[in-house]
Amino acid sequence: MVTTTTRAWEAAAAVTDPELPMLTLADLGVLAGVEESGGAVTAWLTPTYSGCPAVAEMAADVDARLRAAGYTDVTVRLRLDPPWSTDLISAEGRRKLAEAGIAPPTAGGLLQLGPTRRVVSCPQCGSTDTEELSRFGSTACKALWRCRSCREPFDRIKEI
Amino acid sequence: MTDDHVYLTLSEAGPEPEGEARWAYGTGFADPLLGVDTALPDGVEGADLAAYCQMLGDDALVLSQRLIEWCTRAPELEEEVALANLGLDLLGQARRLLTRAGQADGSGRTEDDFAYWREDHEFRNVRLVEAPNGDFAHTVARILAFATARQALYQRLVQHADPVLAAVAAAGVKELAYHREWAQEWLLRLGDGTPYSHERMQAGLDAVWPLLDELFTPHPVELRLGTDPAALREPVLALLSDDIAEATLTVPDAAPLAYVGGRAGRDGVHTEALGPLLAELQVVARAHPGATW
Repeated sequence: MVTTTTRAWEAAAAVTDPELPMLTLADLGVLAGVEESGGAVTAWLTPTYSGCPAVAEMAADVDARLRAAGYTDVTVRLRLDPPWSTDLISAEGRRKLAEAGIAPPTAGGLLQLGPTRRVVSCPQCGSTDTEELSRFGSTACKALWRCRSCREPFDRIKEI
Repeated sequence: MTDDHVYLTLSEAGPEPEGEARWAYGTGFADPLLGVDTALPDGVEGADLAAYCQMLGDDALVLSQRLIEWCTRAPELEEEVALANLGLDLLGQARRLLTRAGQADGSGRTEDDFAYWREDHEFRNVRLVEAPNGDFAHTVARILAFATARQALYQRLVQHADPVLAAVAAAGVKELAYHREWAQEWLLRLGDGTPYSHERMQAGLDAVWPLLDELFTPHPVELRLGTDPAALREPVLALLSDDIAEATLTVPDAAPLAYVGGRAGRDGVHTEALGPLLAELQVVARAHPGATW
């Protein structure tokens, strides 16, 4: 399948994540491709976690956005292989996350899981004197951290 | 178009892939395999693949339901959130597997048909996942055992001939790494903690251990599909033994829970714990047949 950088891609790529509204689906790496063929458009989404409840919303929003852009023959399909990874979050997406007070994941996906200490900077004050409060947070993709310098708690996208 | 508030985006007009049943955020239960190629690969018997997907899907669904029972009852808020997250991952895996089962057997049954409209003897989960939660240490022991075994299984299934099953496994294996890590940390903290926490954690392991054997006992369906779980026994028990030793605990020396006339969970022969669990899981769907929400 060819990912086309067409008007259809741009329309689908502008849809934002329902739970991380500062990110577009393209920033997040969830938009896996948009194919345009003879007026018909197919958009492919790769869900983040198996149980992510936002998938239905994302599919509906992409469908609506493409129709609003003038396409009448729209299909949204899921692509499960290869699975989503935090490595698919773009540099722009990482910047937007940090700006919104959410610490972005480090590169390397799950390779970092284990006793290795991760250096996590506080998205508020930049201090690296931070600690994990809970590996599981408000959504499947986040952990809860706290900065020991400025005392602010913050969310962090955990590597997968 | 308004994307800066999650609830406002709901007001955007536009047909959904499966109709207009969405009245609030998160209530649009789209097909978890929406648009995924459903063709069966050559050489894979649809009935066997469907039965196998039910086995793995029922394991995930039933354990998910047990984990959700911890909501409002966990010892700390952070652990309640953790247990709910583990349950959500398992529920997502179950939805995909049960949907695949309905495709593979040609029946067209949906995930809801499998979850809400089967009787207990039609569920094919191992008895490990249906046992009552017990205390927090029992739950840690069960998650450690299940996540370790399921991660090892999924690592092999990413090579399976069925691309849908392989894709479900590839996503699940990463999620289960977090489940296993959560359980390992609590095993260590409780096992190598106070004498009392050590005693309670050991009791958790002792309670779970007789239920492990079924995970490694092949069913004819598994043998026909080339997914004999007996190959997992040694590597999984080695991982668990290392974890248990590090936590200064003892690997239990317990006989497996007996089969009944050669049959157990994979054949639909369950303990008395499954019925009440399913009653709670199924009551709303059965009280309002065909309702959408």
